[in-house]
Amino acid sequence: MEYIIIIISAVFVNNILLSQFLGICPFLGVSNKVSTAVGMSGAVCFVMALSTLVTYLLQYYVLNPLNIGFMQTIVFILVIAALVQMVEIILKKISPSLYQALGIYLPLITTNCAVLGVAILVVTKEFTFGGEPAMLNLAESVVYAVASALGFGLAMTLMAGIREQLELAKVPEAFRGVPIALIIAGIMAMAFMGFSGIV
Amino acid sequence: MSKFGLITKGIIKENPTFALVLGMCPTIATTTSAINGLGMGLATTFVLILSNMLIAAVAPVIPAKIKIPSYIVIIASLVTVLQFVMQAYVPDLYATLGIFIPLIVVNCIILGRAEAFACKHSVLDSAMDGIGIGLGFSLSLTVIGFVRELLGGLSIFGNRIAEGDGMLAFVLAPGGFLVLGYLMVLFRKVTKQ
Repeated sequence: MEYIIIIISAVFVNNILLSQFLGICPFLGVSNKVSTAVGMSGAVCFVMALSTLVTYLLQYYVLNPLNIGFMQTIVFILVIAALVQMVEIILKKISPSLYQALGIYLPLITTNCAVLGVAILVVTKEFTFGGEPAMLNLAESVVYAVASALGFGLAMTLMAGIREQLELAKVPEAFRGVPIALIIAGIMAMAFMGFSGIV
Repeated sequence: MSKFGLITKGIIKENPTFALVLGMCPTIATTTSAINGLGMGLATTFVLILSNMLIAAVAPVIPAKIKIPSYIVIIASLVTVLQFVMQAYVPDLYATLGIFIPLIVVNCIILGRAEAFACKHSVLDSAMDGIGIGLGFSLSLTVIGFVRELLGGLSIFGNRIAEGDGMLAFVLAPGGFLVLGYLMVLFRKVTKQ
């Protein structure tokens, strides 16, 4: 039950893109086609779950016991950069077709602030999922990361669908490109505000 | 380009927010008021100037293969310094900006300037570039924060100017996207880009 609440909360209520503003660069950059949006979301989901797992363990079993919590930012970004490299190498070896599909998005993920953002959030913020505010445990953190990535994918795919249709519309010169995408995102964020309060 | 030109180009011609469209996450997330926007802008400027100078100084001796990882380590160390400074002197602002302070590490403006400018120019020029781009970023964030605060809370820099309720949506998530979108259109119209 707890997990279902975490998932609904991360996908709809506190959507990582539309209400927490993490990962807006890829949201605006690669949301022109549904297929690329889905590819990007898949890669993000994979890296986010893996990096949250590793950074969570590092935080609780290395940084905290040694009292070097201030190294968090440096350690986490290095872990993510290394993981992205590793995922790239492993995928190339074991699943060339998936590598082909995700290939160009993987390097971009290192600087996707959603990945670092979620990794930091789960070890610093207290969440309230129905009960008392508490830190997430390992399983909940990973579920939260996957759910956040799903929310990211949902918003990306919706946006890409709208932008594909927008190709056919007559958009005023000054609005073309990023501005109109931002305005659409604003309206989408308004729609997502309707979910607030259900969890 | 003159030293003065390096500073001013970041404000209009290469404005990181409205012209280059970089660093959108902190731009939308932290501009709920003009003061928060300014605080985030100055925090980023601090890291940007120092990272530009450091990277300009060490760029000639870093092998091309490990360029990006080294830049990220330099930037992450500077962000950690910034976290200490802010915790000590402006704890309230640090709490308000929250997770977006550590996330300065992945702000594409900083890595972008390191890659596009600092690694090819002198330390002094890179510092000027950092000041210019940082000022442009801070200015943009302050303007966005100003508009959102005015529409959403009917106040200017924290001082209420009218009775009654503002349009709350402008302080919340949708307003961030909408205000940034419309200001970008305005910027394009005015500068004819």
